[in-house]
Amino acid sequence: MKVRSIEELREELLKGRQEPERQIVVSGGTCGYARGAGEILSALREVVSSRGLGNQLMVKETGCHGFCEVEPFSVVRPWGYLYQRVRPEDAPEIVEATLEGRPIERLFFCDPVTKERIPKAEDIPFFRRQNRLLLGDNERISPEDIGDYVALGGYRALEKVLREMSPEEVIEEVKRSGLRGRGGGGFPTGRKWESCRRAEGEPKYVICNADEGDPGAYMDRSLLEGNPHSVLEGMIIGAYAIGAHEGFVYVRNEYPLAVKRISTAIEQAEAYGLLGDDILGSGFSFRVRVVRGGGAFVCGESTALMASIEGKAGEPRAKYIHTVESGIWGRPSNLNNVETWANVPLIINRGADWYRQIGTEGSKGTKIFSLVGKINNTGLIEVPMGITLREIVYEIGGGIPGGKRFKAVQTGGPSGGCIPEELLDLPVDFDELTKVGSMMGSGGMIVMDEETCMVDVARYFVTFLEDESCGKCVPCREGLMQMRRILERITRGEGREEDIPLLEEICEAMKDGSLCALGRTAPNPVLTTLKYFREEYEAHIREKRCPAGVCRELITYYIDEEACTGCGRCLKVCPAEAITGQKKEPHRIDPEKCIKCGSCKEVCQFDAVKVK
Amino acid sequence: MKVDLKKVEEILSRYDQAEHSLIAVLQDLQKEFNYLPEEALKLVSDRLGVPYSQTYHVVTFYKAFSLKPRGRNILTICMGTACHVRGAPKLVEEAKRVLGIGPGETTPDLEYTVETVNCLGCCALGPVVVLNERYHGGMTPRKLSSLLQGKEG
Amino acid sequence: METVELTIDGKKVTAPKGSTILEAARKNGIDIPALCYHEGISPYGACRLCMVEINEGGRDRLVASCIYEAKDGIEVRTSTERVNRVRRMAMELLLARCPRSEVIRQMAAKVGVERTRFPERPPEEDDNCILCGLCVRACREVVGVSAIGFAYRGSKREVATPFHESPELCIGCGTCAYVCPTGCITFEDKGNVRIIWGREFEMQKCKVCGRYFAPVAQLEYIRKKAGLPEDFFDVCPDCRP
Repeated sequence: MKVRSIEELREELLKGRQEPERQIVVSGGTCGYARGAGEILSALREVVSSRGLGNQLMVKETGCHGFCEVEPFSVVRPWGYLYQRVRPEDAPEIVEATLEGRPIERLFFCDPVTKERIPKAEDIPFFRRQNRLLLGDNERISPEDIGDYVALGGYRALEKVLREMSPEEVIEEVKRSGLRGRGGGGFPTGRKWESCRRAEGEPKYVICNADEGDPGAYMDRSLLEGNPHSVLEGMIIGAYAIGAHEGFVYVRNEYPLAVKRISTAIEQAEAYGLLGDDILGSGFSFRVRVVRGGGAFVCGESTALMASIEGKAGEPRAKYIHTVESGIWGRPSNLNNVETWANVPLIINRGADWYRQIGTEGSKGTKIFSLVGKINNTGLIEVPMGITLREIVYEIGGGIPGGKRFKAVQTGGPSGGCIPEELLDLPVDFDELTKVGSMMGSGGMIVMDEETCMVDVARYFVTFLEDESCGKCVPCREGLMQMRRILERITRGEGREEDIPLLEEICEAMKDGSLCALGRTAPNPVLTTLKYFREEYEAHIREKRCPAGVCRELITYYIDEEACTGCGRCLKVCPAEAITGQKKEPHRIDPEKCIKCGSCKEVCQFDAVKVK
Repeated sequence: MKVDLKKVEEILSRYDQAEHSLIAVLQDLQKEFNYLPEEALKLVSDRLGVPYSQTYHVVTFYKAFSLKPRGRNILTICMGTACHVRGAPKLVEEAKRVLGIGPGETTPDLEYTVETVNCLGCCALGPVVVLNERYHGGMTPRKLSSLLQGKEG
Repeated sequence: METVELTIDGKKVTAPKGSTILEAARKNGIDIPALCYHEGISPYGACRLCMVEINEGGRDRLVASCIYEAKDGIEVRTSTERVNRVRRMAMELLLARCPRSEVIRQMAAKVGVERTRFPERPPEEDDNCILCGLCVRACREVVGVSAIGFAYRGSKREVATPFHESPELCIGCGTCAYVCPTGCITFEDKGNVRIIWGREFEMQKCKVCGRYFAPVAQLEYIRKKAGLPEDFFDVCPDCRP
């Protein structure tokens, strides 16, 4: 049934809706499911239904809350207790305890550093220091239930826009908010919308870029899986402002759950008349389709993405004429990232002035980062722009596991760079990150420690980009291949003195000469690692040594005879039969046979296996 | 191998008969046949009005598509940055050691295909592998070889 | 006809509105090197040799002159340090890719590159193709059959026939060979047959002079497209009254 007002929608969806106060919420995104959230939900629901407790407490699946490290976890309301690493066997106890209103202490979050047990989610440092304007709703919404979104005030912004604001006023508001693109480029969103509105040509299109190709970044997935309507609402508002009546959500092939959830959200919105003709009786029509990517990182680039929508290979073209003037099929097309769209209803609801209070002068609002790698509290975090890297890594992230030393944090994915310890007090901000040679990118933050080889990291990114380059232009296609070969030689101990200047030359030519942003930013990982970790390159080249103990040809696994107890664990697991030794006597690794898989180190309880 | 062209027609009928449907059609075909048979591609090109050379470019450009039949068991190893720093390359070597094939390859008996992916977005679980759509986190070479041998045993 | 006025290497030049910088330069006798450019085919911007440094509205940037529109009042410099760095690296990379191509060696020397520091592609892998795409674009835009195309991506990219089989849609016209800058696409006319892309095309014999002058398939294609009478190509262009 098509509604004429949000009040009508709320009536329809929420009337008689009585949710019990006691709720067992399970965080259910792809990560949660990968760790068994599905089984836990089934187990909980089974207990509740078999005991007929359906009217006393509710088992609710929501989107991902972002605290991936402790998945699968559950939050029990109304108290807000967080139970970490829950198993299906815990289900009966959780149900019982929730009914009785008592917490289960053994399931409380345990801080990896202080070993302190913290009962409530809001007190955990990981959550406490965040400003979860977008992710917060993930905790309260069942992603396939439009009612939850509407109950929280969803689609009010759309109604306000259609009833009270002209397209130009919407654009002004978004401009004033200072919102900048969250996908990587950081271009002022309001200005982009304005250019597209002014461009000549019909029809116009709006696109949601959910290609999210940066390895290590998955915040867009979390938003689409956890709160797809927020993205949709943003797109409808944007389409109205620009004068577009058709839209696309381009989701990468590797996100099947996100595709499912946004498709369901679209169906629901269509059913209630929030998409389609004459939305809320305003006369404005808008339709949106989901398009799946085919598996190509380069399709995160706007012109390549549009070529893909057209049914072609994802080859970028020069952007001397912007896509807002000539995009899909040569028509004006406005492309924005998932997170950018999700910010729009927020700005309309609370106002640009309120939004401007968050963040720095040049970067307003919050940003969701994926904090991953060598970090204790892995997960998605939403923080105000301007927070320092140090706060993120230590206060929220809980520092480096195993007491190892921090080495660098890589931001901006393959287009970004590695930021060393001496710059940890850098405020996270579009321009600050660019100044030090990196960039905000989509928000991936990969933490690296003393056991990460920075030459290997450069090699990794160059190899990734070589495979993902479309291959059209010479500097990128040939430059990446040659850089990969040089870096491989260096990591194999075959580096030469002239390799570093040659790498720098290739980088300069790629920065200036490549056709698209993939090629132009590809040098960043190489240039930043050369800038901040030159001594590692030199050790590889001059001494044939890998200081971090990573590059296979340059390291040797050996057993410290003093520490070895002769337990034989390593001998049992060695796939190459390279370890010999008698029981209770120090064991020995034969370097000729060793394939450096690290299994022995993994199983040794006495830290006797070392790498040099 | 004879391809059921009626199934191809059915898949084609789900979409507009136009160029922009090419990738969606190919994805459904890939899912249905576990690879893209040449005959199917000819039919698709004709129906959608896409030159055969363009179809070939699209099929070889995107990672989602394979022209050769894939194995019954698909092992996908995540090579994202977070998984990389946690040791993903060793998993590729281990897969090579146990199955004898590298990324993009299929065992001669069509039992296994090994693929790499550039990020699954499950970085907290890294290193991650997916075996037949089931995710396995915190993988090490040792755990991977157990997983693969468990499957065989 | 509307014209625009811009400055190239200090010289004021005019060009028809809508020209690219490269077109404006060449019309005015200024040479900007290029490998993937051909007058009759849409520009591609792949070789990056034609890059120039422009100052537009106070902003300096490097652009591909074969694509960038020649606008009123812009200042173009065709040979700055930044531009030359790009050109030289591009040629060094291409020299490594096609070390046996005389055309590449000459172009490299022209921009100041005598040798490459990169390992050369071995002979068994070297087909002299620089992936400029002129053949693919010509077949698509000029001829209109799209018999050949690109395949794969990145360093694995190549020009290919669908499934690496003889292309069904090819009409044997040889346009791809004519536009190829390095001459790596060839065809052979042997008596009444032309062999190209692994296919044999029957050649049309002129009813007057008896010369085999073009593939039947090509003539049929043109005939149908232009709506010409059945016997139009029975006689070769030289013998037609």
